[in-house]
Amino acid sequence: MSLLTLEAVTRSVALPDGARLDILKGIDLTVEVGDHVSIVGRSGSGKSTLLNILGLLDSPTSGRILVDDEPVERFSSRQRDRKRGRDIGFIFQQFNLLPGRTALENAMTPLLYASGRQFFSRASIAAEMLERVGLGHRMSSMPDKLSGGEQQRVAIARALVRGPRLILADEPTGALDIETGASVMELLDDVAEQSGAALITITHDANVAALARRHFRLDRGVLAPVDVNRALAMSESADRALALPSGESA
Amino acid sequence: MTELEKTPVRRAPRRERGGWASGFLGAVVEAWDELRIHKTRVLLSLIGVGVAVCALTSVVGIGAIAQQAQIEQLERGSGRPATLVLSPPYNPETGQQGDPAIMAEAAATVVERYAIGYAGSTQWMQLSAQFRDGVSLVDAQAVDVDYGVMHRVQVGQGRWFVDRDELRLAPAIVVSDQFWQRLGSPDLRTHPTIQLLGEDPVTAVVVGVLPVQPFDLSLRAYILNSAYASLATPEQIAQAWPQYEFWVPPDMATELTDLIRRDVAAACGEGWQVDVNRQDYLAWEGGEDPTASIRMVLAGIAVLILILGALGLVNISLVTVRQRIREIGIRRSFGATAPRVFFAVMMESVVATVVAGVAGVVVAVAIVQNPVVRDFVAFGLTDVPPFPVEAALLGLGAATAVGALAGLLPALVAVRVKVIDAIRY
Repeated sequence: MSLLTLEAVTRSVALPDGARLDILKGIDLTVEVGDHVSIVGRSGSGKSTLLNILGLLDSPTSGRILVDDEPVERFSSRQRDRKRGRDIGFIFQQFNLLPGRTALENAMTPLLYASGRQFFSRASIAAEMLERVGLGHRMSSMPDKLSGGEQQRVAIARALVRGPRLILADEPTGALDIETGASVMELLDDVAEQSGAALITITHDANVAALARRHFRLDRGVLAPVDVNRALAMSESADRALALPSGESA
Repeated sequence: MTELEKTPVRRAPRRERGGWASGFLGAVVEAWDELRIHKTRVLLSLIGVGVAVCALTSVVGIGAIAQQAQIEQLERGSGRPATLVLSPPYNPETGQQGDPAIMAEAAATVVERYAIGYAGSTQWMQLSAQFRDGVSLVDAQAVDVDYGVMHRVQVGQGRWFVDRDELRLAPAIVVSDQFWQRLGSPDLRTHPTIQLLGEDPVTAVVVGVLPVQPFDLSLRAYILNSAYASLATPEQIAQAWPQYEFWVPPDMATELTDLIRRDVAAACGEGWQVDVNRQDYLAWEGGEDPTASIRMVLAGIAVLILILGALGLVNISLVTVRQRIREIGIRRSFGATAPRVFFAVMMESVVATVVAGVAGVVVAVAIVQNPVVRDFVAFGLTDVPPFPVEAALLGLGAATAVGALAGLLPALVAVRVKVIDAIRY
C-alpha cells in the first residue's frame, strides 16, 4: 500500500484575461512509507503548487490523489484537515514560527489540534521533541532570540510532534547558510529515518536534493526523474570554475 | 550540532476518543494564548468594551435607583400600592355628608374584618401657631401613625409618630423645614415646643422635621388625629370630613374595593353613596406607566453606548485578523479545521469581552453603590434598592453578545483565508 499517490494530476488557474495557465501538467508520483524524495526546480516551475497539493492544502484541477490508496476527493474538507494534521508535517523555508510564543509553545501548537493523550500531554511531548533536536536548553526562548538554524530546528520539532507519516519540507535550508543548512538537513534526514516517515524535500539546492534516495525535477509543470549525481557533479564543476582564478581551468 | 538521540520518534495513535472535549479545550487554550500574547492590543481594544459595559450597567443601575426615587415620590403623595381610599359618604338626594362617627366605626370594622395591617384616616385643616414673631396659619394634616409607613414619610431630623405619641398630653407634631426654621432651628433633643391656638390652646412638641424640599416655603405640619380631636372645636369636628386609607395587597385590591364599599354602604343605610377608589400610582391600569419615560431614555442611552463600544471592537478585530492571516494559515497547515479556526477567533473575542464585561460590571457596581452617587441621583431614598442583578446580567450578556457579534466578522474573514496564500502572506 502506497502512502501517497498522484495520478495524472494537473493544476491550472484562470488568468484575468480569461486565458488558462497550466501550472502542473500530468504529474505522476508514488511515495512509499519511509521514502525520501527530492524535487528540484527553478522558481516558477510549480514546486510550491505541487507541495500544496501533496500536503492536501490545494486540490488538483484534474487527476487523482490517493492517501493509503484512498482517493482524497472522497474526504470532506474537515476530514482532509484532520488527515493533514495527523499524518503530514510541514517545514517551511521561512520557518513560520509563531511570534510571541516560546520555542516550546511553538512546538506544542500542532498538538492543540490533536485529541486525547496527545492533547493533554502536549507540553511533555513537545519538550521531548525539542530535546531530540538539541534545543532542550532553548525551550523558553522566543523565535527572535534564536538563530536561523535553531529556528528551523524548532520548526522540525513542531512538524514531528504529532508523529506524521509524511514530512513535506519546502526549501528547508533556503534561509540558512551552507553549514547550518547541512546540519539541519542531516537532522531532518535522521529524524525522518528513525520515525519511518516519508520525506519529500522541495529545493533548488542540488546538495540538499542529493541526500534523498529518489530525485525528481519539476520543469514548467512537468515532473521527471533525474540523475542527481550528474546534477551534483555539474553543480560542483560550476562552483570550482567560479572559485579558480581567471585563465585557469578545472 | 547537538547529537540526535537515537530513540524512536513517538508516533501518534491513529484514532483517539474524546475529540470534542479536547477540541473545545484546545480552542479555549488557543484563544487564551492569543489574548495572553497580545495583551497590550487586547487591553486597548477592550477598554472601549469595558467602558461601554460599565456605562450600560451603571445606567441601568442608576436607572433603578432613579425609578425607585420616582416611585417613592409618587408613594409619598398617593400611598403605596395598593392604597384604597374611602371618601366620606354622601346622600345624592339631600346632598348631605355622612356622619363621621358612623364612618369611623364602619372603617374600624372593615380593618378588623379583612385583617388590614395598615389603615388610618386623614384630614386637612389650618392651625394657628404662635411663633415668637406672631401668629401664623399652618397647613396641617391630621393623620394616624400608620400614615408614615403607608406614604413612606421621611423625616430629615427627629422621628415620625409612634404609638405612644397617642398618649401624650402635649401633642407631638412633625413640621416642615420652613416651620422649624421659623422656630429658630432648635435642637430637637431640647424638645422644642409651639403653642397651637384654638378653643383650648395646647402646647405641641416638635418631634420631627421633614426634609428640605426645594422651593417649599410653606409652613406645614402633621398632627395625630387623636391630638387634633382634643384641639379642635366641636364645630370643626362636625365639619371635618376625613377620608380613610387602607393599604392592602395589590392582588386583592379590586376584591377589597368592592367589599369595603359594600360594608360601609350597609353601615350607612339606604340612600347613601359610598366611594372607595384605589389611588396609588399603579391604579391607572392600561394607562401610561409614570416611570416608562425615564426608563426609555436610559435604555436608549445605554444601547447607544453599547453600539459605539461594539463598533470600536469590530474595527480593531478586523484589523487584527488581517494581521494574523499568516498565523491562521500556519495553523490550518497543522490540521486546524475551518470550524475550529472560526470557533477559536470567535472564542477569542468572546473570552476577551466577557473579561472586559466582568471588569465593567465590577466598576459599575462600585459606582452605583457609592453613597455620593446615590445621594446625587436620589437623595433621601427610604428603601435603597440593592444593585439590580438584572443590570449585572444585562452587562455580562451584552458583553458576551458584543464579543460574539464583533468576533463574527473576523471569524468569517479567518475561515475564508486561503491557506497557501496565507502562509506566503
